Amino acid sequence: MEKLSDLIVPLLIASVLCYGCFKRVKVFDVFMQGAKEGMQTAVNILPALIAIMLAIGMFKVSGALDVLTYALRPLANLLHLPCEVVPLALLRPISGSGAMVVFEDILKTYHPDSFIGRVASVMQGSTETTFYTIAIYFGATKAIKTRYTLVSSLAGDITGFLVSVFTVTLLFGTI
Amino acid sequence: MMTWIFSGLIVLSVVFSLFNGQVSAVSNAVITGADDAVALCLSLIGIMAVWSGVMKVAQQAGLTQKLSRLLRPVMHLLFKGLPDDSPAYEYMCMNVVANLLGLGNAATPLGLLAMRELDRENRYRPVASRHMIVFVVLNTASLQLIPTTTAALRLQNGSKAPMEILPAVWITTLCALLAALSVAFVLGKISEAKDGKTK
Repeated sequence: MEKLSDLIVPLLIASVLCYGCFKRVKVFDVFMQGAKEGMQTAVNILPALIAIMLAIGMFKVSGALDVLTYALRPLANLLHLPCEVVPLALLRPISGSGAMVVFEDILKTYHPDSFIGRVASVMQGSTETTFYTIAIYFGATKAIKTRYTLVSSLAGDITGFLVSVFTVTLLFGTI
Repeated sequence: MMTWIFSGLIVLSVVFSLFNGQVSAVSNAVITGADDAVALCLSLIGIMAVWSGVMKVAQQAGLTQKLSRLLRPVMHLLFKGLPDDSPAYEYMCMNVVANLLGLGNAATPLGLLAMRELDRENRYRPVASRHMIVFVVLNTASLQLIPTTTAALRLQNGSKAPMEILPAVWITTLCALLAALSVAFVLGKISEAKDGKTK
């Protein structure tokens, strides 16, 4: 699988450039022009990137996550969510690399083919790093008021977490 | 909204670190956080330039127009009211395709380029347009068809069938996506109704 996705990008770039040449596009000049615009956009998001990574970096090491996990335990029990995946659910929307570490830890501790391992896998595979995405996507624009973006995205995340428990139970049972 | 997240996360971190005795770790995180962001931005400059360049060639050759025509029916449904000839469509379509294929390194640059076009469409107003919100929500949901990294980690940790979670992932992703989009649409309608009243 990894091999296949390794192939897509180079192949895609090569075929676009070939097609461009075929269509008599001045490929090099046009590429440079686009590259210049792309660099500008990347630089524009730096302030947003710094802000969000600063906040997330501080949050991750502060131990706040452990306290929140503990506080959310009764709620997790109420919803029949396995407590072991709560830290993953909390961290997943905030930090991609942080969630990855927690995810691997769950796999190591509980085995990937256990109920908890599967729920964690489905959670990990079906959601994205919400805060980061919102911060950098809007960082590329002049829009400051993001209105209902976060609420909608988080509604999706929460649905994802609850449904992942449900689908795993349905397809694999609770063993 | 981001103001609250930003200050909320930082205030929470500081308060909890005092209780947990993690003050020095948090203090270090201030420096490494800023450092990491600059490092990430530098690497983004490179990859953004590449994809932006390739996209420009694809545009001039008429490739992206063809692709976005294919995805147009779905995109029209999601982005009602966005002008047909908006260049944002092409970037958004490419972003969706990159997302589906799991090419995160390509999806983000393409998404940022799409946001730039949507920003132009919004006439650089400080308030996010409905299209911007729907597009970002689409990107905060995982559209990836095959979660390769997750499967690889499962394999590494001794899973006998790392891909067995696929159907569950698809169902879950779809539910999450539908929930997020429905909330976005309902809230969009509500805020439009409010705007109508004040005008």
